[in-house]
Amino acid sequence: MGRKLFINCNRAIVEAAILSHCRFFAGYPFTPATECLEQASHRFPEVGGVYIQAESEVSVINMLMGAAAVGVRCMTATSGAGFSLMQEAVSHMAGIAELPAVIVNVSRGGPGFGNLAPTQGDYFQATRGGGAGDYRCLVFGPATVQEAVDVTKLAFSLADTYRTPAIILSDQMLAETTEACDLGEPLEPAPPPKWWATTGCRGREPIYLGRPGKDYGPYAEYLSGNLTLNLLGLGHLGQDPDTFEAHMLRLAEKYRRIEAEEVRVETRDLDDAELVVVAFGTAARLILPAIAQVRAEGLRVGLIRPITLWPFPSQLIATVAPRVRAFLVVEMNMGQMVEDVRLAVAGQAPVHLFSTLGGVVPRPEAVAPALRQLAAQPYAPASRV
Amino acid sequence: MQQVFAQSMAAALQGRYDYCAGCGHGITLRLVAEVIDELGLREQTIGVLGVGCYSTNPVTFRFDCQLALHGRAPAMATAVKRLLPDRLVFTMQGDGDLAAIGTAEILHAAMRGERFTTLLLNNANFGETGGHMAPTTLLGQRTPSTPKGRDAEQHGYPTRITEMLTLLDGVVYVARVALSKPSTIARAKAAIKKAFQVQLAGKGFSMVEILTACPSGWRLSPVEALKWIDEVQTKTYPLGELKAVGV
Ligand code: SF4
Repeated sequence: MGRKLFINCNRAIVEAAILSHCRFFAGYPFTPATECLEQASHRFPEVGGVYIQAESEVSVINMLMGAAAVGVRCMTATSGAGFSLMQEAVSHMAGIAELPAVIVNVSRGGPGFGNLAPTQGDYFQATRGGGAGDYRCLVFGPATVQEAVDVTKLAFSLADTYRTPAIILSDQMLAETTEACDLGEPLEPAPPPKWWATTGCRGREPIYLGRPGKDYGPYAEYLSGNLTLNLLGLGHLGQDPDTFEAHMLRLAEKYRRIEAEEVRVETRDLDDAELVVVAFGTAARLILPAIAQVRAEGLRVGLIRPITLWPFPSQLIATVAPRVRAFLVVEMNMGQMVEDVRLAVAGQAPVHLFSTLGGVVPRPEAVAPALRQLAAQPYAPASRV
Repeated sequence: MQQVFAQSMAAALQGRYDYCAGCGHGITLRLVAEVIDELGLREQTIGVLGVGCYSTNPVTFRFDCQLALHGRAPAMATAVKRLLPDRLVFTMQGDGDLAAIGTAEILHAAMRGERFTTLLLNNANFGETGGHMAPTTLLGQRTPSTPKGRDAEQHGYPTRITEMLTLLDGVVYVARVALSKPSTIARAKAAIKKAFQVQLAGKGFSMVEILTACPSGWRLSPVEALKWIDEVQTKTYPLGELKAVGV
């Protein structure tokens, strides 16, 4: 057991990052993520880390790229339009340079400038990637302060393991929640040696971060093909013309491995469930009383709560779908995760959406009737829905 | 027999050269490598390269380099230098990279007085895309995106961003040099060395703007291009040390 705190979620995430040996924080104030910046501004220097308030989110994310490139665990926290501004670099860090970093996105009410209300409208942006090209990021959707602490540590660990950015998708309501949590032990194991870090070439050959034509031996799978060089026609440097294809095939293989091994999900009462609710983060937390209430009334309702939004628990959903009468996806957006659920269900059962918008949150007193109504519907085979 | 010239092999020149005939980038690369050799810092150097023809330099450099996104090298280098203060960190950026898309990043890195060095390669156009107008393109200069010549009314004026940076307290050393003939090249090398020494002394931000030939972009022969630097480009971009505080 580690240090127990009664703490706001934004600040708890920063404390968890410090326990994860994160030693670089760059940020730009953006409500409702700003407490992360405040916490980092005094805590990072205290632990010998570097804290910088940058001139824009564009600069922030490129500072992270520099920190990651020298092998230091790094993070930022932002919201809405700030996260949008980072996408060019997130795409590059994920798909080309393959650099680990943790980015907290405290969703506010979008689209555009939006407002400060809690929503889950950034689900697509986080799970699909708002930048150019084919890439994925690890995405976590915590529901409580304790879980935010736990997934922060996990995010740093997996980001290093797979050399890829990890996104923690919080929202205004979770971010402003103050509750007890246990910070736990410092992250184990210690940061792995980063052979690829460009820290000066003492005792080894120089590295051009992502330079093609070098034999990185056992690490070849992580070697990023430098596309600038390829575009400039230098792909022939000891390479065949398919350098870029080889790079992308490696990337796709990495993503398949993450999908196979890193799904995290909480389930409740799936064994006998006829109706399955799928919800994440704040939405999932808020509707627990509704599920408990209708179960007490005898309705066989279960819950699937993805903790990783990518990789998504598609396999689990596909497995339970044949014995489920209907799914109800509850989201604080127009219906984004529902698409992933429908893809996983693949027509084996009807998939309904309970959506709240503009900062309105799903209330148990509204969700419980929706569940009763679904349970009362005559059984309709999916093929006719 | 007296040896008057020796090829520098330590920090650079791994036998590849990827530029057009007469391009100034090869000279910059060589000067940077020679200075790093003279300072004995090859294994402690980290180059952060912007996006332009010079992005291929690391193929030739024999020290660690990172590729930055277009315009963002100063942000990346800020993190690198803060985390590894004992390394020699420099960014290499073109005039489009630094004075167009990356204006915010260079300005704020300079304001903060970040202790790395920026080498600004000013060839008055976007060489890599085919010679299009850059913020540094001269009035009247014809490019594929200013076919009738740059017109102040329509395209604005050439940007002297180096002069702008001299106003900032965090900036300690700024010079403009040209790669047009042996005498100016020698001065360029001295300025690069001075900027690196300012960095190593932890004094603040340092930058050298280098006027460099782009015969392909300018549609001139290599020899004409060198003349153009001296006779035309330096009229808008005068050479010399623009700021040297306690150096
Ligand atoms: S286009 Fe210009 S800057 Fe680029 S390599 Fe050719 S001469 Fe050099």
